Amino acid sequence: MTEIQPEIEIRNLHKAFGERKILQGVSVCVSRGSTLAVMGGSGTGKSVLLKHMVGLMAPDSGEVWVQGKRVDQLDRSSLNALRLRIGYLFQGGALFDSMTVEENLDFVLRRHSTRSHSERTEQIQEAIAWVNLPHAAAQYPAELSGGQKKRIALARAIILRPDILLCDEPTTGLDPVSVRTVSNLIMRLKAERGITTVAITHDLLCAEIIADQATFLYRGKALAEGTLDELRTGAHPQLREFFG
Amino acid sequence: MRVWTKILDEVGAIAAFSGMFFQQLFQRPFEGRELIRQMDETGSKSLFLVLVTGCSIGIVLSMQSRGTLARFGAEAVLPSMLALSVVKEIGPVITSLVLAGRLGAGIAAELGSMRVTEQIDALEVSALQPFKYLVVTRVLACVVMFPLLTIACDMVALFGGYAESLLSSHLDYRLFIDQAFSSLRLSDVLFSTGKTGVFGFLVAIIGCYSGYHVRGGTREVGQAAMRAVVIGSLLVLLADVMMVRLSLILFGS
Repeated sequence: MTEIQPEIEIRNLHKAFGERKILQGVSVCVSRGSTLAVMGGSGTGKSVLLKHMVGLMAPDSGEVWVQGKRVDQLDRSSLNALRLRIGYLFQGGALFDSMTVEENLDFVLRRHSTRSHSERTEQIQEAIAWVNLPHAAAQYPAELSGGQKKRIALARAIILRPDILLCDEPTTGLDPVSVRTVSNLIMRLKAERGITTVAITHDLLCAEIIADQATFLYRGKALAEGTLDELRTGAHPQLREFFG
Repeated sequence: MRVWTKILDEVGAIAAFSGMFFQQLFQRPFEGRELIRQMDETGSKSLFLVLVTGCSIGIVLSMQSRGTLARFGAEAVLPSMLALSVVKEIGPVITSLVLAGRLGAGIAAELGSMRVTEQIDALEVSALQPFKYLVVTRVLACVVMFPLLTIACDMVALFGGYAESLLSSHLDYRLFIDQAFSSLRLSDVLFSTGKTGVFGFLVAIIGCYSGYHVRGGTREVGQAAMRAVVIGSLLVLLADVMMVRLSLILFGS
């Protein structure tokens, strides 16, 4: 029987900035089509962990594997090819200020597809309709609310139909209604497209909606792993403090 | 000792950053659309400032010099003196310093805020080339536009000088033009204007370097903008001394 290869695997990852140790031997495994919530307080290294998965940071030691490729050893062109299979939703959206919503999506699309302008426009309209913002195409990011920005950023992250979605605090700073909207969109991606998702969050509502599995980071180490219920009932004092 | 190590580290990093610019300059994609946009941003939006600066330089230089020249009975050489000073030195340097303030700070602030809001990371994870898209286009736009803006500044400065002469001594425009341009050599004009391409490179590369490497938040963005103006202006002045020396070696006085 052949062993099923995980979509994302991180082995014994260490990362420090100067004297400050951010990650100290973190290991994570995410199987295809599942959703992992990485939880923990501020400054525990969650975003740093996510950035390693897409090659934005290089580990001091340890291994980062995505779709069977060792990310930290890929050359530039192979890394870029892998990045096309990964969508990344940034904490603040990271939409390009000087471009309209349509231009933001088209900017990524036109460089990586051979489609004509009208085909791309159709695809962009589809994407922004999918996030329930069909009339936002001509608006600039500054004209959008926090929740709308996140939804457009999500549309941009998935415009190239990636296999993996990495979300850095997808619901931080949003009202409960927007939290549900964004979380449900991430769930729909999993249901409709079978996307593998890793979401960094300390939002319990979001984690409840999207997570199959969860990992709790504390001071750069994975303190606990399991389902959200298992973490919630965990005996460790840090877990109890976090989950209230 | 520590300060010198830090300065040398920074100089090395800027040299490496400049090296990356030349490495990526001839690589595809050429980002033509963004280059044109940046040339428009650099050129048309700085034009008014440059024209006002040039005009005031011409008027002031003419006013200040007339009295001094008159004392030596040399008022007739005013157009020549004006043309030589404006075209060979004042026009290129003042234009570059004004642009170092406007563009150096602007580039550093824009890239810095893109860095802190993760827009540069967003380009990176989208398998685009942020350095090529953001840095190469801006630097190239400045290399092209600085000389063009300098020509505009020189012309307006000469016009300002002539206007002042007309009001003060009713000088005929044909005489002014004849005297002004007869004193200029083509090599003076080409070298003095061409050197602003180097100034443009220095201002833009420092602005891009400062903004691209911002870490932290809005406070650091402000500091990066200020550093870009200070270092950019100093480098323009330093490079000017070297270029003048070079022009004396190449073309004589």
